[in-house]
Amino acid sequence: MSRYVSYRDFDWLLLTFVLLLCGLGVMEIQSATAHTKFAGAHIKQLYWIGGGVAGMFLFSLLNYQALLDKIHWMYIGAIGSLMAVMVFGQKYLGARRWIKMPGGQHFQPSEWVKLILILAVAKYFADMHQRELTWTDFIKAGAIVGVPMLMVLAQPDLGTALTYMPIAIMGLFLGGLRAKQALIVVLLAGLMMPLAWHKLKPYQKDRLVSFIEPEADKQGSGYQVIQSLIAVGSGGLWGGTGTQTHLSYLPVPQTDFIFAAFAEEHGFVGALGVLLLYFIVLMRLTQNAQTAPDRAGTFVVMGVVAVLSFHILVNVGMVVGFMPVTGIPLPLMSYGGSSVLFMFLALGLVMNVRMRRFVN
Amino acid sequence: MFGRDEKVSAIRLTAVQYIILIIFMILAYGLWRLQVMQSDVYAQLAEKNLIRNVPILAPRGKILDREGRTIVDNYPSFSALLLRDSTRDLNADADVIAKGLHLDPKEVHERIRKFMSMPQYQPIFLKDDITPDELAFIEAHRNELPELDTIMAHRRLYPRNGFMAHLIGYVGEVTEDMLNQPQFELYNPGDVVGVSGVEKQYNQILMGKNGSRRALVNSRGREVGRLDETAAIPGTPIKLTVDVDLQIAAEQALGDRNGAIVAMDPRSGEILAMVSRPAFNPNDFSVRISRTEWNKLVNDDDHPLLNKAIQAQLAPGSTFKIIMATAGMQEGIAEDMHVNCGGGATFYGRYFKCWVVAEHRVHGPTDISKAIYQSCDVFFYTLAEKLGIDRIAKYATAFGLGQKTGVDLPQEVTGVMPSEEWKIRNFKQKWYAGETISVGIGQGAVAVTPIQMARAIGAIASGGVLVRPHVVNPTEFPPNVIPASNVPDQTHIPLDPNNWQVITDAMAGVVNPGGTAPSAHLQGIDFAGKTGSAQTISNALKARLGAAGKNFKDNGWFVGVEPRRNPDIVVCALLEEGEHGYLAARTVAQVIKAYVEKQRRQPTKIAGKTGNAEISAVWDEPTADGHHDLGAGHFSVETSKRKVPAAAAAPGMN
Repeated sequence: MSRYVSYRDFDWLLLTFVLLLCGLGVMEIQSATAHTKFAGAHIKQLYWIGGGVAGMFLFSLLNYQALLDKIHWMYIGAIGSLMAVMVFGQKYLGARRWIKMPGGQHFQPSEWVKLILILAVAKYFADMHQRELTWTDFIKAGAIVGVPMLMVLAQPDLGTALTYMPIAIMGLFLGGLRAKQALIVVLLAGLMMPLAWHKLKPYQKDRLVSFIEPEADKQGSGYQVIQSLIAVGSGGLWGGTGTQTHLSYLPVPQTDFIFAAFAEEHGFVGALGVLLLYFIVLMRLTQNAQTAPDRAGTFVVMGVVAVLSFHILVNVGMVVGFMPVTGIPLPLMSYGGSSVLFMFLALGLVMNVRMRRFVN
Repeated sequence: MFGRDEKVSAIRLTAVQYIILIIFMILAYGLWRLQVMQSDVYAQLAEKNLIRNVPILAPRGKILDREGRTIVDNYPSFSALLLRDSTRDLNADADVIAKGLHLDPKEVHERIRKFMSMPQYQPIFLKDDITPDELAFIEAHRNELPELDTIMAHRRLYPRNGFMAHLIGYVGEVTEDMLNQPQFELYNPGDVVGVSGVEKQYNQILMGKNGSRRALVNSRGREVGRLDETAAIPGTPIKLTVDVDLQIAAEQALGDRNGAIVAMDPRSGEILAMVSRPAFNPNDFSVRISRTEWNKLVNDDDHPLLNKAIQAQLAPGSTFKIIMATAGMQEGIAEDMHVNCGGGATFYGRYFKCWVVAEHRVHGPTDISKAIYQSCDVFFYTLAEKLGIDRIAKYATAFGLGQKTGVDLPQEVTGVMPSEEWKIRNFKQKWYAGETISVGIGQGAVAVTPIQMARAIGAIASGGVLVRPHVVNPTEFPPNVIPASNVPDQTHIPLDPNNWQVITDAMAGVVNPGGTAPSAHLQGIDFAGKTGSAQTISNALKARLGAAGKNFKDNGWFVGVEPRRNPDIVVCALLEEGEHGYLAARTVAQVIKAYVEKQRRQPTKIAGKTGNAEISAVWDEPTADGHHDLGAGHFSVETSKRKVPAAAAAPGMN
């Protein structure tokens, strides 16, 4: 097997659009945090982006096929790290999600697990030997994602756990899920819903209630939803002065609600522009999936597409009032190291696949 | 053969692209809906978020004396308030706030509850007139307790030591009960309104109208900018008919004895001075008074909150004999009546004593004049028997006893003037002729207020001109703002000139050798009046109380006029448990003297002169040990610049 990879095949266009989104994010972080105690967050974000780009180039040098060959070790490592969180994790705001690293940094394994799951699911479906999905495949693939998902749910971190689901769904769909199977699963899930409601934490129930009826508790959990809607709505067509963001009516505008802050300041035109950029990025990624050298490559790239689309759907959906508050950041734009690093490493995997499209 | 190199279904990949497109179209629709279709609604909501109405409190109108000297002023003071449009749970912070502001946490919770139904932008007033350390507490906790804020307000500054407290009254926060009444429908909780005295009576004029400022606030309620403001309309100042100089003299004359003094101009009904003791400090009320302080004032046996000049209903004692004399002479009975006072007499089988027996003497042969200046009880018992209760009541009622005088002060009481009809109406019993005898000397069921007595005797000395007393000149304001009174401003009761002369001359005899109060004599001043010593409680009540009833000492009364006919001033003094009328007479004499001296100085000596003139005056002077004494002395003034010479230091001006 000859090894010929070149940065000529690197997806520079994709990187350009990705960096454009990051730039808009940094701008908005700067604007939203000015004169607050978070002032200067945009500089930190720039460092994260720089680190992310470096990581992306490093990742693109590794051979994803070699990675896939060792994926079972990595998967075991992922499960191990999640168990470590359960045992040694730092408890913060009632959840055990972080491990304190010797350097004083906080490390959240659940983000890295996402990457490993993308690879693991890709490996599973690449090695599948028939065109149509059997129930055995369904259960095995479901277990690959389901086990770490349950562990993250136990932290508890419903938001991150939910982001694992699209990886499995995308794999199943591309792996040959039959319509009958899909129907049965959806029905089963529907039946499980009332059971799941009892498992939700009180704050999660509040969020769901306030999503359905934000006026019910204006000062409590409905507050964020209402203030976010006001922020977006008052932006109008062309955007405004952003009083919701700047006078801190909009809570944490630099992280989960960054799209609301952006929509307030830049209006419908600006917000639609951002959506368009994300759409271009996703289309470009799918194109890369189509030109991948093998099934595994396609699954890897589509795994990234699944995670990215899900994040956008849930986050923007929340901001425009279509989705409940889940605490899922908007990739590339929201402030936060883990989120930025994950996105760039995931893009590194995509580049890895793309650069090997002519290699065989 | 299906192998590793088999491509993933292109149809499914394309399907994923379409699904993503649909998701993005839904999201774009969501944005369109909010930002284009409902943009106006949300823009308004955003504006509502950040614009807050901050009230600008209107300063209340000043209260001035008849010469325009300030009696009640305002001073800037800080109030602590809670902003309710912030996102904080007020009840959770209430305990910390209560501690920092030295308040009862229960009261803070209660206030928060009271404001539940009010619009969010209405802040809750917690404490007025906060101390510098409480202000520092608020400043130091701006971040932890963002809902806690301050507002500068104009507070009432009343004269010290309860000077004129009852007439002026005080202000307080409008109560929940008041807000439910129709005349308070435009008021908001936390508004300051007059609660008693002039402050209550003329609240409408004094109050002004609060303005408001529209301010930009952040989510924590902190002001970050201003939009516009509606200025407050300050309250209108009110000029009283009271003369501060005379008020000082009256306050000083009464000293710390319990009782009341009313000084009135019987020609116009202008109240020149009004004192009630014990006094309270209205400055305690200009800020929110604590429950314990309030209870102390309300439960005090001496009733410091009562304006005794208009609210004490007491037997007038011998001062009532002037009414009796008028009735007797007008009815043609008294003029030629001669009674031999042997220290008492028997009427209807019961022996009635004359006060004079206590001094181991008798009045002997007595006519109407002597009966007045010697205050002979036997004479008036006899007269009362001859007149009968209904003829006495006719005159007493004509001169306004047992009715409200119509003075423009709240909560005036009526008193009682008994008659046959009154007895049947109130007790379903027939009037016994024996009861008339005590009424003859102002005892029994007769109960009057000092202001009624001043008005009645002022009217008799004025030849039958009965005026309605007032503390604010009604002509100063448009007629609709002055509360209407059903008492006519002036009534004429025809008096025979001869009778008038006999009675007023006899009144002058009271304060001369041979009268009941010779020690009250004023050299060079035509001073006349009538003493009285009255039982504090009715005989019936005294009997019911038994031994405890003996603790009630007699009240001393005096009603004096100057000059004796067509007087410029009538002064009524009531000394509770003062025992003797002559003590009250001296009190009145002091006031009359101060009045006459001021009258004589101003229009004659000074007005005619140019250059320097020497005058004497009284003033309120702080001494080294922190007390405030009323001072008096002479000083020289330049008459060309003279405006209000005696007002050198009216209380409350600092």
